[in-house]
Amino acid sequence: MTLNAFLFQILNGLSAASGLFLIAAGLSLIFGVTRIVNLAHGSLYMLGTYIAYTFATKIGGVTGFWGGIVATALIVGVIGALIEIVLLRRIYRAPELFQLLATFALVLVINDAALWLWGPADLLGPRAPGFRGAIEILGRRLPSYDLFLIVIGPLVLLALHLTLSRTRFGRLIRAATQDREMVGALGVNQAVLFTSVFALGAALAGLGGALQIAREPANLATDLIALGDAFVVVVVGGMGSIPGAYLAAVIIAEVKALCVGIGVVDFGFVTINFSKFTLVAEFLVMAIVLIARPYGLLGKAQGAVRSIAEPEEPIRPATPLLKALGAVVLVLLVCLPLLAQSTYFGSPYLLVLGIDVLIAIIFAASLHFIMGPGGMHSFGHAAYFGLGAYGAALLVKWLALPFGAALVAAPLLALAGALLFGWFAVRLSGVYLAMLTLAFAQIVWAAVFQWEGFTGGSNGVIGVWPPPPFDKSWVYFLLTLVLAVAAVLLLRRVLFAPFGYAMRAGRDSALRAEAIGIDVKRVHWLGFAIAGLICGVAGGLFAFAKGSISPETIHINRSIDGLVMVLLGGVQTLTGPIVGASVFAVLQDTVMRQTEYWRALMGAIILVLVLAFPQGIVGAFAALWRKAGGRT
Amino acid sequence: MSVLELRGLTKSFGGVHAVRDVSFEIGAGEFLAMIGPNGAGKSTCFNMINGQLAPDSGDILCDGKNIAGLAPRDIWRLGVGRTFQVAATFGSMTVIENVQTALISHARESYRLWRPAASRHRTRALELLRQVNMQDAADRPSRELAYGDVKRVELAIALANDPKLLLMDEPTAGMGASERHGLIELVKRLVVERGISVLFTEHSMDVVFAFADRIVVLARGRLIADGDAASIRDNVQVREVYFGTGKTFAGASA
Repeated sequence: MTLNAFLFQILNGLSAASGLFLIAAGLSLIFGVTRIVNLAHGSLYMLGTYIAYTFATKIGGVTGFWGGIVATALIVGVIGALIEIVLLRRIYRAPELFQLLATFALVLVINDAALWLWGPADLLGPRAPGFRGAIEILGRRLPSYDLFLIVIGPLVLLALHLTLSRTRFGRLIRAATQDREMVGALGVNQAVLFTSVFALGAALAGLGGALQIAREPANLATDLIALGDAFVVVVVGGMGSIPGAYLAAVIIAEVKALCVGIGVVDFGFVTINFSKFTLVAEFLVMAIVLIARPYGLLGKAQGAVRSIAEPEEPIRPATPLLKALGAVVLVLLVCLPLLAQSTYFGSPYLLVLGIDVLIAIIFAASLHFIMGPGGMHSFGHAAYFGLGAYGAALLVKWLALPFGAALVAAPLLALAGALLFGWFAVRLSGVYLAMLTLAFAQIVWAAVFQWEGFTGGSNGVIGVWPPPPFDKSWVYFLLTLVLAVAAVLLLRRVLFAPFGYAMRAGRDSALRAEAIGIDVKRVHWLGFAIAGLICGVAGGLFAFAKGSISPETIHINRSIDGLVMVLLGGVQTLTGPIVGASVFAVLQDTVMRQTEYWRALMGAIILVLVLAFPQGIVGAFAALWRKAGGRT
Repeated sequence: MSVLELRGLTKSFGGVHAVRDVSFEIGAGEFLAMIGPNGAGKSTCFNMINGQLAPDSGDILCDGKNIAGLAPRDIWRLGVGRTFQVAATFGSMTVIENVQTALISHARESYRLWRPAASRHRTRALELLRQVNMQDAADRPSRELAYGDVKRVELAIALANDPKLLLMDEPTAGMGASERHGLIELVKRLVVERGISVLFTEHSMDVVFAFADRIVVLARGRLIADGDAASIRDNVQVREVYFGTGKTFAGASA
């Protein structure tokens, strides 16, 4: 790359940085004041692109474009205010896990709303009036609109800085970011403050989206992409720090621009196409920053958030009733292949559903292991599922490993991944741990997606069928059943063993656990590894059950599915994940397949869950049982 | 022979000298109180001994071994138990499980994955609970306990590794007057029975002067007095830091 080409890429990076900054600044402001990580922030950005597109094409001209951009920011701001008033106000006191899930439900609902309103096709807006041409710089042509974007980022930064430092509103925001309880105690109306901050953050996201329509088409996938980018920027810059967000936006955008600029490099022994590693590079930067400076480049350690979750009941060994119930369910499951063949209501589909449910149970039980007793809210459990599934499929494809060996190797690969990622993850906690695990999962996903030659890219790996006798679905079902029962019992056993107690001691109070000689980080690291190992079993079984594996199946959606399964069942109970996974898998395979708008349906389920059943199904039943005077 | 010896312990935060050149020893079986007005450096001193803070300079010798800068869990392994200023338990466990978890850790069994924890060290855990009069609550969820009982359970946990030295940060904070004496009497009895040394900080002077074998006084990060109750009571410097110089009144009566 010549010096000119290098400098030109730097300019390109700066114009991309402005867009990143706008969305990240809003996310950061909202987190700083309300302590909510708004996963729907990318969706607000996406709404901005669609609304601005509508203005620019329906009204048209200078008014439609530039007026439309301003109107879009205002409209998205109002939408943000509504979201805050209707939904978020109810969950400020809920555990952060629920807040993350509720805002993720919004992602699903908004995505389907956009699909319904604007349709599935990409919509490319008009060029910006007044900035249609290009300017010759460094021997290349740079669109003048890009120059405009380069300027707009620092301008917004300046405006935000002045607002925060010179106005009463800004002083309140800074005060609330430092100690919102004190701000409340001083008589500030928190409801108004929170709503207006959320509206401001949403308006910034809408503005960011609206400004993009002259460069990129409005697209239904931009919500998660924008969210991922904003996450990385905010975490790298430091949660709640606006200058940090700009600094991080520039770093991330430049790293990506340089990856594209460098292109294909021949190292002699291996040729690497760097332009394919933009996603990996982005999350790698985030992982490095989180490890070196856990609170981001310009961020500060957050004050301890008081735990407001319901205290947990001590774990007790299964009662005879529960054991009997388990035995009955097990017998029924063993008989399922016979049932599937019966003439009345049998169907071969029953076994497929059964396999899906059992795999979901292994997945959810392994996630619950670290989420519940370990207190580590992983938002990237799909990584270990993916390592297991891809591990098995790729070993069969490239090394022609036999079925049995691949099924054993899959969890070992997941274990290796969990040992590596977990070592970093256990050094953080709360929201930061959630983000880092998410980042690691995105690295795995991006590597799989962009490394076409090895993993098949977006097509995935196909033709991974098990050999006889496992090609018969009833045999495969029984194999899955054996492994699922073994996995669930093993995890349960570990929880009742000293290791499980050490893990819970570390969760209940890390300080006190250290004071009785427990190495909390190491115990949690091993817990993370055990969960990864078991999750890899689910992944391997999944690859052979479907005969194929593709990047979609290990995307962030699967991580979220796992969280929903665990919460649906109840995170504070041991049988919860089993019930939750079963209900969820059955719902997904039946109801969700019936409708085009399954995302919105799923979002609605999550919202009901979060607002009405914070203890999950099993938790709610257990509470009812206790109320009725029974013992569990 | 001293169980713990502090030599020239110093720690500052930014420009503030929280602890400056503090040295004293605790003998075997001694019940030693560390007192001083707010901001004297008691908590900083404490947190350096238990490993939560690393000193800027100075040595902390535990049975002759320098433990300055070691992690809390390593210091605990050397036989130093502790209780916290704000008592709490592992809330998701029963009372006895709290004690068992500590006993399991003491036996270096925390990484065992198979045999249930409930059956491990149960007899010993019950014995410890009996010593603090909490045996009847053994199988209750610990989060249901009253605060005074939490303090007792915490004491049982702290005794689980047969400590030779017990560090107690304001053991009676948040307790009523009668409860306070009850708890300290219990500690004193256990200390005598087991020959443990105790270092405790305390704001309540009636407790300090009634029970401590010896008292060290900190003020503005420095050690200003070290002696038995009588000598501390008569110490002019100690009176000054607690009550001022008294010159105002001296002038008025003159």
